[in-house]
Amino acid sequence: MPTVAPLDLDGHCVTAAFLDDIPFFALADGMVHWLDHGQKSVRLHDGLLSATTKNDLMISGGEDGKVMSLASSGTMEELASIGKKWVTSVASGPQGAVAYASGRSAWVRFADGKAKEFTHPRSVEGLAFSPKGMRIGVARYNGATLHFPAAEGTPVELEWAGAHTGVTFSPDGAFLVTTMQENALHGWKLVDAKHMRMTGYPAKVKSLSWSAKGKWLASSGAPAAIVWPFVGKDGPMGKAPLELGTRGNSMVTTVACHPSEDIVAIGYEDGMVLAVRFADAKEVLLRRPGKSAITSMAWDREERRLAFGSAAGDCGVIDIAG
Amino acid sequence: MTEAQTQIPVTVLTGYLGSGKTTLLNRILSENHGKRYAVIVNEFGEIGIDNDLIVESDEEIYEMNNGCVCCTVRGDLIRVVEGLMRRPGRFDAIIVETTGLADPVPVAQTFFMDDDVRSKTKLDAVVALVDAKHLPLRLKDSREAEDQIAFADVVVLNKTDLVNADELRDVEAAVRAINPSARIHRTTRAGVALDQVLDRGAFDLKRVLADDPHFLDAHDHDHDHECGPNCDHDHHHHHHDHDHHHHDHDHHEHGAVSPIHDVTVQSVSLRGGEMDSKKFFPWIEKITQMEGPNILRLKGIIAIKDDPDRYVIQGVHMIIEGDHQRAWKDDEKHESRLVFIGRELDAERLKRSFEACQAA
Repeated sequence: MPTVAPLDLDGHCVTAAFLDDIPFFALADGMVHWLDHGQKSVRLHDGLLSATTKNDLMISGGEDGKVMSLASSGTMEELASIGKKWVTSVASGPQGAVAYASGRSAWVRFADGKAKEFTHPRSVEGLAFSPKGMRIGVARYNGATLHFPAAEGTPVELEWAGAHTGVTFSPDGAFLVTTMQENALHGWKLVDAKHMRMTGYPAKVKSLSWSAKGKWLASSGAPAAIVWPFVGKDGPMGKAPLELGTRGNSMVTTVACHPSEDIVAIGYEDGMVLAVRFADAKEVLLRRPGKSAITSMAWDREERRLAFGSAAGDCGVIDIAG
Repeated sequence: MTEAQTQIPVTVLTGYLGSGKTTLLNRILSENHGKRYAVIVNEFGEIGIDNDLIVESDEEIYEMNNGCVCCTVRGDLIRVVEGLMRRPGRFDAIIVETTGLADPVPVAQTFFMDDDVRSKTKLDAVVALVDAKHLPLRLKDSREAEDQIAFADVVVLNKTDLVNADELRDVEAAVRAINPSARIHRTTRAGVALDQVLDRGAFDLKRVLADDPHFLDAHDHDHDHECGPNCDHDHHHHHHDHDHHHHDHDHHEHGAVSPIHDVTVQSVSLRGGEMDSKKFFPWIEKITQMEGPNILRLKGIIAIKDDPDRYVIQGVHMIIEGDHQRAWKDDEKHESRLVFIGRELDAERLKRSFEACQAA
C-alpha cells in the first residue's frame, strides 16, 4: 500500500522536485522547503514564478527579477538579475547553461557566467532546452522559435496561428510540442517542420510529461490524462491518444511519467493522485483528495517516491511501496 | 475544498497620455482607504510609489485561433493575473492601467474568455480618463480615444479647469453621444471620489444597471454631479423618483448627436414592451453573432412575458451574458430597454427587429 507523508505548507507550490533524493517544494511566495532529517527552508525569492531542476540543482525565476540556483545543501546562488521585471520562465540545459525569460526577451547564461540575450517581437511565453546540442525553443504568439545560443546565425521559426504558452522537446530531440492558449497542443516534427495538431481538450493544457524514452507524451487539461503516442516517425498523427485515470468529477491538473516504466502519476483538481499503467489502464490510488489542486509532481531516482505540491500548500511525499 | 476563493475585482483604467491616469493611480495607491491594490502597468514610469505589487507587463494582444477576429485577449494579463493569484492574500483588488493607445476590448475580454482568469477574478469596471481640453483633438486623430469612451462604465472628465463652460458642455455632450450609459464625473486633477471608480460591479449582472432608470437617458448628467475627494454622500439614492425623468427628449431613443464631429461610435437605444422569450433570445444571439465585431458594449433590462423577474443582459462584441436579476416591483412598468454602443449599427433595422420580438 502506498503511504503518504504529508507536508503542510503555507501557499501555492510551484514546483515539487528531488535534489540528491531529498524532496524540495518551491512555493509562490519565494520560500523553498525541503525534508532532510527534518523540515528546512530558505527564502529563494521575493515571489517565485517558475522553477525547474536538472542534475540536482534547482533553477528559479522570480518577481524580484532574479534567477537563482539552489543546491540540495541549501546553498543559493544568484545567476542573474534583470531589475524590477518578472522572470516568468526558466529552463536548465546542457553544460550548466540556464535560460530565462522576461517580457519579450530570453537569455541564455552559460556556465562561465556570460549571458546572451534574444529579443522577440512578442512575449516569450515558454522556454525549453533541446536534449541534444545547445539549442533552445521559445514558445511565442503564432508559433515557436529555435535559437542556437552557442553559435551565430538566424533562428529557426516554426509558425502556427495562435498563442503558444509553453514548450517541450521530445527526449530524442525529434519533436517540439507547445501548449496553447486554446485548449490544444501543437507539435512540429523538427526534421521537416511537419505539423501535429492535438486538440479536443476541454481545458487548457498546463502540464506535460514525456514517458520513458519519449515513447508517449502525457498531458493535463481533461478529466483524464491524455497520453499521445510518439513511437512512430510521425508522432501521434492519425493515432488516438490513451485516456487514463478518467474521472467524472475532477480535472487532471498535473502529470508526471514514471522514469523507466510506462506508468503515469496523475494529479487532479481535488488533490487526488493516481498512478496508471499504460498497458492495461490499471489504476492505483496514491493519495485521496486533499484541500486543493495538484500543481507539481516529481519521481525520485529510485522510482520509489513521488513528491507532490498543491495550490493550497498541502504537499507531501508518497512512498509507492509503502 | 477549503480553497473557496472569492473572485478578486479588477478595474481597468484607460485614457490618453496626459489625461490624468497616473494622478488617479497615485491617489488610489496613496490614499488611506484600507484596501490594497495590485497594479499592472505597461511601464513603471511616473508612478512615484515604491510598491512591490506594481507589475510591469508588455501589452500582448492575442487573437484566439477560432476564426473570430474580435476574440482577442491580453496574453500578458493572463500570465500576470495567474502569478498574482498564486499569492492571493496580498491584495484586495487589481487595477490594470493601459497605455494611451490601448484598445480596451481585449483587456475586458480576457476576464470573460480565459477560464483560469475568470475563475479567480472578475471585471469590476472600465474607467476612462478624458482630458476635457484635448478631447476634441483626440477624437479627430484617433479611434482609440473614442473606443475608450465607448467602452467605459465610468468616464472621468478631467482637467475641467482648462476649458470654459461652453467647451465643457460640448465635450460632455460628445462623451454622452459616444456612450449614453456611462457615468460621467467632472474633475480637476483626477479628483473623483474613489468609490465612484472602484468596486462598481459594472459587469456584475446582479448589479449591472441596478435599479438605474436613467441608463438609457441621455440627459442624466445632473445626477452624476462633480464629486471631490471628500465626497461621502450616497450616490445611489437618486432612483426614488424615476418617472418624471422619462421626459420628452425623444431623440435619445436613437442616440444623441455630438456637437463635436469626428465621432464614429454611435449608440442605439431601444425600448419596448414585454418580450417573447422564443423570439428575443434567438434574436439577440443572432445579432451578437452577426454584428459582434461592430458592437463594443451592449446592456439591457428585458421584460419577458410571463416571467416575474427582470432579465439583465450585457455583452462585449460576441460575448454575451444574461441572468435573472430580481423580481419586478409592483409599481414598475414591465418594459424592455437595450442599448448598443458600436460602429456601423443599423439603428432602424435593430429597432424594427427588436420590436418584432415583443410578445403579442
